[in-house]
Amino acid sequence: MSEPVLEIRDLRKSFDALKATDGVSLDLHPGQIHALIGPNGAGKSTLIHQIAGSLEADSGTIRFLGKDIGGLDMAARARMGLARSFQISSLVQEFSALRNVMLAVQARQGSSFRFFRQVAGDAELTGPAMAMLERAGRAARAHVPAAELPHGERRQIEIAIALALSPKAFLFDEPMAGMGPEGSRQLTSFLDGLRHEAPMLLVEHDMDAVFALADRVSVLVYGRIIATGTVDEIRRDPDVRRAYLGDAA
Amino acid sequence: MLRSRETVVNLMLALLLLGFPLVAAGMGEPFYVTLATRVAVLALAATGLNLALGLGGLLSFGHAAFFGLGGYAAGILATHAFNAEPLVAGIPATTSMPLIWLVAVAVAGLVALPIGAISLRTTGAYFIMITLAFAQMIYYFAISWPAYGGEDGLSIYVRNAFPGINTAQPLPYFLVCYAVLMAMLLLFRLVAGSRFGSALAAARQNGTRLAAVGIQPFRIRLVAFILSAMVTGLAGALYADLNRFVGPSMLSWHMSGELIVLIVLGGKGRLFGPVAGAMIFVCLEYVLGGITERWQFFLGLILLGIVLFARGGLLGLLSGRPRHV
Repeated sequence: MSEPVLEIRDLRKSFDALKATDGVSLDLHPGQIHALIGPNGAGKSTLIHQIAGSLEADSGTIRFLGKDIGGLDMAARARMGLARSFQISSLVQEFSALRNVMLAVQARQGSSFRFFRQVAGDAELTGPAMAMLERAGRAARAHVPAAELPHGERRQIEIAIALALSPKAFLFDEPMAGMGPEGSRQLTSFLDGLRHEAPMLLVEHDMDAVFALADRVSVLVYGRIIATGTVDEIRRDPDVRRAYLGDAA
Repeated sequence: MLRSRETVVNLMLALLLLGFPLVAAGMGEPFYVTLATRVAVLALAATGLNLALGLGGLLSFGHAAFFGLGGYAAGILATHAFNAEPLVAGIPATTSMPLIWLVAVAVAGLVALPIGAISLRTTGAYFIMITLAFAQMIYYFAISWPAYGGEDGLSIYVRNAFPGINTAQPLPYFLVCYAVLMAMLLLFRLVAGSRFGSALAAARQNGTRLAAVGIQPFRIRLVAFILSAMVTGLAGALYADLNRFVGPSMLSWHMSGELIVLIVLGGKGRLFGPVAGAMIFVCLEYVLGGITERWQFFLGLILLGIVLFARGGLLGLLSGRPRHV
């Protein structure tokens, strides 16, 4: 198998007595969607935070594109090509959807210290940003302030932002949360097409989506990965059934 | 629509500030010209702070430091030039305003770099307190350093010179200050709409989101803080020349508070907020100050009213909520 894009070894993070991440090792390979599932409080988001750089691990290593990124802040990791979405969607509220994506385009171009040229009508920003909104299916809402967008659409704007970063890996934290069945189906088929653009670590509770999308699945319980395998292997695993899946499998 | 309404209000404020001293000078009332100059210079100082506070959400309670440093730069250069003493290492002093401005801006920016780099590691109340602490340090330094007047301050015997303009006359000096204010407002507007301005606005509203796209909020805020200090430092140099005096009071925390008050009165983050704020402030100071020494009590009442009922300040009242971008 090819070199993993993201390589996590023996990652640990405790909050007082709570071991939120307890020796997690995980590889994300090119072309794959790797789902991370587990009950509430298993430490999935905590893990995403440590990979993205918004939380510092106590010990262990995270290698991205062959480089140890443990000492880098969130912005530096994003510049390397690690694009994340948030469990609770996080946009610049007073900006329109388009301006939110333009900010990502500007970051990608590495050009935030320009003081005179106006962003409004700057085709170098609006062009790519509009294209990403179109891909995410939200071009019609480009000029709506982020604060006024409904929940599901905010998710799609976040994905457009992630796309605009032309990332080397996606970290998506429950992108389906709060979406209706139709929205989930659309998003599932959209995410399906992304795996060849960049591999994806996907935290998700929607098992239909996970089983449809994932090349590999890891099951996180109390901060530990209790099983990793293909969808079929995970569905058959007795420990996983007991700990998490229950009847859903 | 809203934007065009605000533009009209801005234009009226700009014309009012220009027209008032012209009429006053025509009627032979130089005092009112000086009052308008005071508005222009305070508006400029607050425009500097508006960059950090309005666009960047950085509530600096230490901008008097930069205002005062700009003032002392003008005062010290003028004193050396007046006494025909070179500065350090034989460098001659100057009474040329453009050169003095450059020095004031450079000093303010250089001092803002370490202050910002340390203060911006913190947020909220800690940021306010650290910026205040730095400014007070400089204030006490100025008081205890006898070479340049210490507690008594420093007089500028002859107002510094601007090539081709008789700055000793109130009206020409007003026009110099007005032109600088308009130039800086234009700059503010350009910066606000630029890529840097976008990143700064994003840093104010959602720093995590900014970091997640790969832009470190700290760097953006630091550059904004330094630019902000430079503009306020420039205003300090003009203020010293306006009063032909610079003293430690320019550095004190009252001054920092006053700059914040100007912005809140006029409208935080609004292009002409500082202009409107300075107009209200100087009018109150003059009109109420003529009636009672306790005029700041009424200023307090007005501030209370604005904070409770008109968050957008005077510009918010006149031109509605800011347009979404």
